Amino acid sequence: MNAPDRSGGIGANRFIGQRVPRKEDARLLTGKGTYVDDVVMPGMLHVAFVRSPIARGRILSIDTSIARDQPGVHAIVTQDDLARFNVTMLSFFIGPVEVAMTPLADGRVAYVGHPVVMVVADDRYLAEDAASLVVVDYAEEDAVVSIEDARHGPAVHPDTDDNVAAMMGEDEEDAEFEALLASGAHLVTQTVHHQRISQSPMETRGVVAALQGDEELLVHITCAGPHLVARWLTVALGNPKMNIRVVAKDVGGSFGLKNHPWLEEVSAILGAMLLRRPLKWIEDRIENLTASNQAREQEIILRAAFDADGKLLASHADYSLNNGAYPMGADANIAVHMFMWSAYNIPAYSFVSRGYYTNTAGLAAYRGPWAIETLVRETLMDAAARQIGIDPIEIRRRNLCTAAHQPSVTSLGIPREDITPAECLEKLLETVDVAAFRREQAEARKEGRYLGIGFAAYIEPTGAAGSIGVMTGELAQVRVDPTGKVVAIMNVHSQGHGTQTTMAQCIAEQLGVPLADVTIFDGDSSRGGFGPGAGGSRQGVIGGGAAIRAGRLLADKIKTVAAHLLNANPENISIEDGMIRVAGAPEMTRSLREIAEIAYGEPSRLPPGMETGLEAQIRYDPPAMTFTSAAHAAIVEVDAETGFVKIRRWVSSEDCGVMINPAVVEGQIAGGLAQGIGSVLLEEAGYDARGNPIAATFKDYMLPTIFDVPDFEYVHANTPSKAEGGFRGVGEGGCIIGPPTLVNAIADALAPFGEVAVDLPLTPSKLLAVIDGTPLPPKPMSRFHPEWVNPYADTAAATKTDGPVEEVPAGATLLPGGTHAALAETAARGIDGAWNLTLATPMGPQPMTATFATEGSIVRGRLESNEGAQEFEGTVEDNQVKWSMKVTKPMPITLKYDLTFDGDTVTGKCKMGMFGTAKVKGQRV
Amino acid sequence: MSEHKIELTVNGRHHRGTVEGRHTLGDWLRGQAGYTGVHIGCEHGVCGACTVMVDGRAVRSCLMLAVQADGCTVTTVEGLADPDGTLHPVQQALKDCHGLQCGFCTPGIVCTLAALTADGAQPGEEKLTAAMSGHICRCTGYQGIRRAIRQIAGTDTSAAQGAAHAEQGA
Repeated sequence: MNAPDRSGGIGANRFIGQRVPRKEDARLLTGKGTYVDDVVMPGMLHVAFVRSPIARGRILSIDTSIARDQPGVHAIVTQDDLARFNVTMLSFFIGPVEVAMTPLADGRVAYVGHPVVMVVADDRYLAEDAASLVVVDYAEEDAVVSIEDARHGPAVHPDTDDNVAAMMGEDEEDAEFEALLASGAHLVTQTVHHQRISQSPMETRGVVAALQGDEELLVHITCAGPHLVARWLTVALGNPKMNIRVVAKDVGGSFGLKNHPWLEEVSAILGAMLLRRPLKWIEDRIENLTASNQAREQEIILRAAFDADGKLLASHADYSLNNGAYPMGADANIAVHMFMWSAYNIPAYSFVSRGYYTNTAGLAAYRGPWAIETLVRETLMDAAARQIGIDPIEIRRRNLCTAAHQPSVTSLGIPREDITPAECLEKLLETVDVAAFRREQAEARKEGRYLGIGFAAYIEPTGAAGSIGVMTGELAQVRVDPTGKVVAIMNVHSQGHGTQTTMAQCIAEQLGVPLADVTIFDGDSSRGGFGPGAGGSRQGVIGGGAAIRAGRLLADKIKTVAAHLLNANPENISIEDGMIRVAGAPEMTRSLREIAEIAYGEPSRLPPGMETGLEAQIRYDPPAMTFTSAAHAAIVEVDAETGFVKIRRWVSSEDCGVMINPAVVEGQIAGGLAQGIGSVLLEEAGYDARGNPIAATFKDYMLPTIFDVPDFEYVHANTPSKAEGGFRGVGEGGCIIGPPTLVNAIADALAPFGEVAVDLPLTPSKLLAVIDGTPLPPKPMSRFHPEWVNPYADTAAATKTDGPVEEVPAGATLLPGGTHAALAETAARGIDGAWNLTLATPMGPQPMTATFATEGSIVRGRLESNEGAQEFEGTVEDNQVKWSMKVTKPMPITLKYDLTFDGDTVTGKCKMGMFGTAKVKGQRV
Repeated sequence: MSEHKIELTVNGRHHRGTVEGRHTLGDWLRGQAGYTGVHIGCEHGVCGACTVMVDGRAVRSCLMLAVQADGCTVTTVEGLADPDGTLHPVQQALKDCHGLQCGFCTPGIVCTLAALTADGAQPGEEKLTAAMSGHICRCTGYQGIRRAIRQIAGTDTSAAQGAAHAEQGA
């Protein structure tokens, strides 16, 4: 189970690879953690929000007069009060969001739960009392709720032409590619409907904000990374003339939700600045389940062509994602396609991706945000096995990327050098006796019991830095204090990941000190180096690498100092258990404390020119991508009477490289798998047709309990990665590979009854419909679909809706109005001059400035962005301009622009090689 | 709003105070008595994070009013370890078995298991596991919690991964 022996470090593997108990546990087990709600400040007031009870509409009036007079109420704040701060709401990529957005609603509401008014009072009870007495009048409009609604319904946002928030890929059918798909012996189609998920960290969101004079804004916030939040707030507040210090000691889970502040946290922070009083807002569970950003809600249709031998020829995916009203970055999730077939050999892949705005809670990240690729691909592989008539393991063996296929690059540019999904599958099969299971399954079926086995394989990218601007390297600062104790300051930041233990293991390994003597501090943006915190399974790979390098640097200095003091050769010095020893001279042994006291306090005894102290810091940037591979198997029994699924066995076979702490690794895998089980069987944060959330408590939003999760078994392969330490990330994998493993097991169990549609969650009633052969009624058609017929049309003529209706703003001041008039007025101004453009790249919107000079049918110009500036030359036809240009970042591709100018606005697209097509929009400067 | 005088013992200390009738025990323990180890996870009695011991029984402090605890003896997660820092056997088992990650649900789990094993009671693995149906953990997939239960119940732990190497390190 332990990591393979490695040489190089001093005392290799004293701690790395050991299943040591966590250093943070004693604090957390005795109630001594410090979560954001545990922070109290003198004079602190409490916030409660008045939230929209409708999904879409205009605010006609807000009457705060009664609420204002309630006991203990200090302020009733609306967007009019916050407007002075000119906040720019930002995406995760620290770029402005694509639609007009204010911390509190500004004239319109766009989802049930949209915060409209902020009440500030002496305590939360009083704040909620007063909030209930604020009277808001709305003019409700038909809500755009589902992806289907978004395709046909009116625009959710007044400042967009349609509900397509983000688009990538080929949006027009490619006859050549269709012919390729049709050319195989077998064409297999798999459709997945993934429900909406609430990340549901046990600690909800929360913030305590207070000005510290005029030079510092102190923000305690439950988050995934204090530095990233400080960066986000500094940019969102327009680079204010004060430092924003963000602190988060203990965080009760995030799972993607707490990457950066959103409407409520920003409102509370601005409220603290407005009132010049410390404010606290702690989200309650109903707010968390109904008004926090959520995740998933996806539809994907994957088609794959196989040859007669079951080998993959080509594949196409059509992917749609509900972004809600205010996603933390409009998203069509390019990663879904980048990793769709990255573990397999396939000559050709094409896709189209669309993210849609709707009147629902916005999209946030969730563990493995691209996980739908593994779900649809691995369930397709099983469907293909059934359709073609070969074994599900065999079809994977024929198509997985093995060592013999590497190094190679996928059609989407993913380099593969050391991935091991095929090896993980073979190791898995050494543990799971499939033949014995098939015999048991056959016997059970005779008794009317339905057992099934499911397999899945995948790879995931971990520890990325350098390719996405916000995901940077990590700094480790390590010192041996004059007391001999070791302190390290890092910013990988745990939300339960145990990095105060794993990072200490890395440092203790290098320094040769007891683990108990190493303390890791993090969680404060005023300390240490910049690091974005948790996200993208990066802590082990990048933080671990930084910890090892800084520890090694410091160990070298300790040895140099000790050698000088003891008149020894540095190569003969070793540090064991906090004692410094000279080879062959046990009488020379000194404690680390003795050496440290001299290093800090007696400079004259140090080697000439040496800096005093025992301190080191180093910044580590890992390879661009480090892949983790895995194959899992699950065995289930489906009760044909009730439709309930019992998971009987689950084996994980993963390769996360060298393990720092196998117990932490297994904890990450298990936690992800439990969330995957929840996605497949239990959880659903849905909406009714009017946009009302249907899961408001943990009685409606069913998280897995101890009875829903089996004991997991683990098989570890340990192929060292190329990153420092040989680590590979392991934070998200369980949540990616868990769902298809379980779905495939259920489908295998119910194979005698037919195919199981992958429409999550697979509730007992859905499975009974398969077992009984009585399909459930189809989902109701969107009320905005052209063919929709109002079932109540005869009896409710007064409320009849005639399909899509173009919204006409009644109050011009509520909308950035006059667009059409402006267009007509300025239509003739042409193309020449300077333009601000926004390119909707997979990493979020990229702002650019373009200048054009036309001459007949030729256009010359220059495009400037953060990435640099480049000249181009292209063609003009009427008001349409086309040009191509080569770029080298993030990888060498040719960009083909096609823009249409209309007055002061420009729209169009940019074809970005294998990344498909992205939208471009802009205005004249 | 009604105000009530209450007197109760929390973690061995006598507390006297005035509470509004509507204030929950959980809010009072956190806000007035300072026991922030009591974690409020859902405020509707499902997640179990706020569980404390009231007169020896595991109680959801979000569903009990502070005024109802008048005259009671309350133990929170802060009151279980020895003053010298020695962990309660339930706490030690959860530590040995990696039974927690973010630690937010943990105080409630500790209190439920401590209540069931108080005064020398020796409930079996099944009873302790059944009690966990009232606790939600979003991080661990319950693996370490189940191993800890086996350790507490004295069930053979040789097959349980994770506990075997617990003697090392911190």
